[in-house]
Amino acid sequence: MTTVLGLYNYWIVVVLMMIGLYIVIANGNLVKKIIGLNIFQTSVFIFYISLGKVDGGTAPILVEGVELYSNPLTHVLILTAIVVSLATTALGLAIVVRIKEAYGSIEEEEIQIKDNKEC
Amino acid sequence: MAFLVCVAIAIVRLKDLFAVAMLAGIYGLLSASLFVSMDAVDVAFTEASVGAGISTLLMLTTIAMTGRSEKTSGHKPLLALTVVCVTGALLIYATLDMPSYGDVNSAANLHVVQRYLNDSFMEIGVENIVTSVLASYRGFDTFGEVVVIFTAGIGVLALLSFSRREKDDSEIDSINESMHEEHLVVRIVSKILIPFILLFALYVQFHGDFGPGGGFQAGVIFAAAIILYAMLFGMSVARRVINQSFVQLFAAVGVLLYGGVGVVSMLSGGNFLDYNVLAADPVAGQHLGILLIELGVGIAVAMVVIIIFFNFASRIGFSSEGDKL
Amino acid sequence: MLTHLPALQVLIPLMAAPLCLFLRRPHLVWMFTLIVSGLAFLISVALLQQVMVSGPIIYEMGGWSGPWGIEYRIDRLSAFLSLIITAMSTVVLIAAQTSIDKEIPKNRQIYFYILFLFALTGLLGIVSTGDVFNVFVFLEISSLSTYALIALGKDRRALWAAYQYLIMGTIGATFILISIGLMYQMTGTLNMADLAVLLPEVAQTRTIFAAFAFFVVGVCLKLALFPLHLWLPNAYAYAPSIVTAFLAATATKVAVYLLIRFTYSIFGISFSFTTLPLQTLFVVLGLVGVFVASTAAVYQKNVKHVFAYSSVAQVGYMIVGFSIGTTAGLMATLLHLFNHALMKGALFLALGAVMYRIGSVQLSSFNGLGRQMPFTMAAIVAGGLSLIGVPLTVGFVSKWYLVMASIENGWWPVAVLILLGSLFAIVYVWRIIEAAYFKDPVAGKEPAKEAPLAFLIPIWLLVGANIYFGIDTRLSIQVAQAAAHSLLGISP
Repeated sequence: MTTVLGLYNYWIVVVLMMIGLYIVIANGNLVKKIIGLNIFQTSVFIFYISLGKVDGGTAPILVEGVELYSNPLTHVLILTAIVVSLATTALGLAIVVRIKEAYGSIEEEEIQIKDNKEC
Repeated sequence: MAFLVCVAIAIVRLKDLFAVAMLAGIYGLLSASLFVSMDAVDVAFTEASVGAGISTLLMLTTIAMTGRSEKTSGHKPLLALTVVCVTGALLIYATLDMPSYGDVNSAANLHVVQRYLNDSFMEIGVENIVTSVLASYRGFDTFGEVVVIFTAGIGVLALLSFSRREKDDSEIDSINESMHEEHLVVRIVSKILIPFILLFALYVQFHGDFGPGGGFQAGVIFAAAIILYAMLFGMSVARRVINQSFVQLFAAVGVLLYGGVGVVSMLSGGNFLDYNVLAADPVAGQHLGILLIELGVGIAVAMVVIIIFFNFASRIGFSSEGDKL
Repeated sequence: MLTHLPALQVLIPLMAAPLCLFLRRPHLVWMFTLIVSGLAFLISVALLQQVMVSGPIIYEMGGWSGPWGIEYRIDRLSAFLSLIITAMSTVVLIAAQTSIDKEIPKNRQIYFYILFLFALTGLLGIVSTGDVFNVFVFLEISSLSTYALIALGKDRRALWAAYQYLIMGTIGATFILISIGLMYQMTGTLNMADLAVLLPEVAQTRTIFAAFAFFVVGVCLKLALFPLHLWLPNAYAYAPSIVTAFLAATATKVAVYLLIRFTYSIFGISFSFTTLPLQTLFVVLGLVGVFVASTAAVYQKNVKHVFAYSSVAQVGYMIVGFSIGTTAGLMATLLHLFNHALMKGALFLALGAVMYRIGSVQLSSFNGLGRQMPFTMAAIVAGGLSLIGVPLTVGFVSKWYLVMASIENGWWPVAVLILLGSLFAIVYVWRIIEAAYFKDPVAGKEPAKEAPLAFLIPIWLLVGANIYFGIDTRLSIQVAQAAAHSLLGISP
């Protein structure tokens, strides 16, 4: 029982990751794929933050009289990772906009069909 | 947490991209509040401004150009399900040997972190440990992060900036005018608000030493103020106020400021980004270094976000023209 | 200043990139980029010499020693890789201006060079760093700039290819991020050397097992190992010619580097090859990859596609060498890294020249080119021979060592299959030669002129290197051997 409670948080994260990944792979819409990618990445962030959480700890800002702090390192890593994911999202959407202009569609299938005609 | 799962499932099910983008924003906010509950205030701050703010805004702008409904056919759920299940199973398998959630004595919370917790105040003199790790111990990662966002900005520019033929400004102006009439109140209120938002950005920028905040968050808030201005007063007005090549150069200045601090520390006999050598007293040097690089981060991020938004927005008129043709 | 070399190598291109925005004129920016890349090359030569003589160099970023800070750790392997990367980028850049002028609108050219420098920075950062999270950050720098570079291609299919690459690449990177998180969770450190010490204690946990699996999958996505290669052919085919030449010569190599670094230096060879059926899996996937991709290459109509599939096949060879797990196998892989960079660099640059003159790289437009562009086509022939593995070319050297390594290990069938794979290369290279030399040019089409010198110089530099290192193998073998030895912990 204790293992279940102790790992419950991680399991939810796994479920979120799976949903995100599912959207990326299964969906044909390019914007939605990127949203899926975002969910996938965000759930990884939650995983990092969960592993740095300390029971009874507080935010890692030094205050007199507090002894227990949560892990600041994972926070730093995730700050970086969030920025990276923003960068990826922006670039990905920029490409989507150009695809829309060039193909007139943002559905995977329709683009494939148009490409095959050209080959 | 259960909320998150619900929202995620809703995103899978919904076909209306507009709703999906809004839900993604909610997802960002929810995870931000989750981060607060897990003591990660800095991360929450960032996730709220990025996940619920900028990302959603970009998605909405994109959807405005690409159309909001999603076609149903042609999914390949079987393949996806297999991949996802294998991944998920592997992850669940991995969790079985993990230390449980909140464990003080897990390896992650013992080894490297202890030095940050115990010595960082002595070595760097900043209350917010996240800031000292971010800006000093792992300052090079943060430099990399600034470079990543700058790369994205340049990438967006390379993809979306117009080749020579500028579009007809007059037409866009007229669209803007009509929008203004309707939102008179909003305009006046936000005209008062914008200076405060800018002030808040500055506060966040320089307060990172003591509380949550820092260059990245400040940059995003600053950019948000500019974007608000652009949305309400029309792109062309905003473009006139904020010169594009100026913004680009400033983004570069932000990155160079960060790198420059590193180079100066090299020249003064330390390693790259070694702030100890910047002043006679190491702690004062650390302070100065962190202040400067956070400023660099702030400038670069604000400018890049503005670049990204402006280039997206300037495409809206363009692609709808394309649709008519 | 000499002590700062490891950092400077990455920092010079990094800092140069934003500076480009101030220069404004594409021509100036090109000169500047070329000089910067050349400087990075010189530094990597100096570093390699230093490392060969005195062993790994450690440079502490911010003055914080690892594992608390981020350290750069240049050993023989990383110095070797950065030599390949900077050499290729410099050579390729010589032709950049001429090629880019035709393929990218003027106002976007500056951005092209900035992105190129960032791609270079990212790749160099990956090979130099000794911190796993820093790997992720620089991986993203290089990936993001690569996506944008590919999307700059003229054809609209470039956009689609870039998008697919972005999705696959980001999934790969996120997998690697998960793996880093799992490792951190079990050990509490991000420093590679520290990880190598701490991992064995927890090696038997399921978490570490999963960490390794996630890492392998993530890196194989980047590596374009069969069957995760689907993004590569289109990305290579529709990217601007210069980008293709640079990527083909460097990007997958860095992914191979990551695989070697993590399996040998971090997880340790005993864990990597005993806990998982990785060895068999990799040999099989590598060989299947060689055959599937080579077969696909034979049927392509676009010559860039042909060589792109051939790249997938070559990755297969590298993976086979890697999974043999002996010094000889590792050495063969490293040699092939170097040699393949030379071949593909020359071939894709030559294709860039063809693109420049004719505006197309369809096989049909190669008809009669042998007479119209003799020097360019001769280079393609030389590169093709090297790809097949004809004696006196570098291709022969690496195939030779690969075959020897597998025989040494008692893997006769593998050796035979490697040789069989070369037969496919003969077929697809022959198709190009046939079109260029034995078919008449399409009637009524204006004959193409020979490529300009800006192309011929770098192309023939690379072809020359192909032949030089095919005959005089001392240098490359010495370095590859030393690197392999130090990875396996054998003192030379």
